[in-house]
Amino acid sequence: MCRVVDLKQAVLAKNDRAADTLRAGLAARGTTVVNLLSSPGSGKTALLERELGLARERSVPVAALTADLATENDAARLARSGVPVKQILTDGLCHLEAGMLARHLEGWLPDAARLLFVENVGNLVCPASYDLGETLRVVLASVTEGEDKPLKYPTAFGLAHLVVVTKTDIAEAVEFDEPEFRANVERVNPGVEVVLTSARRGLGLGTLLDRALAAADGAPVHTPVMAREPHGHDHGHTHDHADGAGVLTQPHS
Amino acid sequence: MHEMSIAMAVIGQVEEAAERAGDVTAVRSVRLQVGELAGVVPDALSFCFELACAGTVLEGAELVTDTVPGRARCTPCAHEWAVGMPPLLSCPLCDGGATDLLSGRELQIVGVQWEDGRTPVPAAQPIPEER
Repeated sequence: MCRVVDLKQAVLAKNDRAADTLRAGLAARGTTVVNLLSSPGSGKTALLERELGLARERSVPVAALTADLATENDAARLARSGVPVKQILTDGLCHLEAGMLARHLEGWLPDAARLLFVENVGNLVCPASYDLGETLRVVLASVTEGEDKPLKYPTAFGLAHLVVVTKTDIAEAVEFDEPEFRANVERVNPGVEVVLTSARRGLGLGTLLDRALAAADGAPVHTPVMAREPHGHDHGHTHDHADGAGVLTQPHS
Repeated sequence: MHEMSIAMAVIGQVEEAAERAGDVTAVRSVRLQVGELAGVVPDALSFCFELACAGTVLEGAELVTDTVPGRARCTPCAHEWAVGMPPLLSCPLCDGGATDLLSGRELQIVGVQWEDGRTPVPAAQPIPEER
């Protein structure tokens, strides 16, 4: 017979559970994850290379994992900083998921790593939906991408704990309107910090590392409006609904 | 486009639920709630869903999507508004700085309609027709 069954399960419950497990497991061993999101070509790798170099100079144990559809070019660039680096090839997949990240960390992540930087696949749409077990989610945009980028990709910018503007050395040439960019960020994510950087000129370097270390030390991280959960409402994350996602976490009898 | 991953997550969860139920022979429809701010395109999701259902107990199942508009409330002044797209998440009245998102981020399987092997049990007492 035909039956209507209530499920009330968050679609991404499985990823969210994997992310929570990873976050807890890494916290227990003293590692904090920083998830870097941006469109392709916005300068994630260039900035990260400089920040990793700084971490090494300051003797902060860090590691980095970079994801692309193809090529190991980014891992080769990041490895120049001298910190442990690993390339993930997604074989065409447009984003990382928590389970994939966990598998890549197994047997590789150095014991001492205090921070693990994850350079997500260059894409501002899909990676935004997947929690990777990070404590700090950083969304980057270069000055060439237009001031309205946060409005075009509201989910990515709306869920950021920190927004980083890159390539500010060419801001004047491309007539980047900083106040307008900031106003657009504020519209989708009120209160989030916006940091200006230029990897080429060395401007604003160290801020990302500082914010990551603060988060690792337990300093409060910005809570985006989009990430706040209204009471009694499933918000795309795992909750222990009587008949919902929570049930799946336990063996079913 | 991550709608294929989303579609496969939906199918996986419905398959698990069907397996737990034990005697599901076919899934007729799956009802989803998709918030305006969930970052998922319902049309792309339907397309992927149809493809990804092939060869599973969900083959031929219809995906019914309920879109949930984004709404927010200002904590200081209690003003409520439709956030729109792109969303406005700071209070348009007082710029109070503390906003609660009431809805719009939903990405949830509400329920499914499926066929099972059980024979309908005749109701013990016929329900009298309502006026």
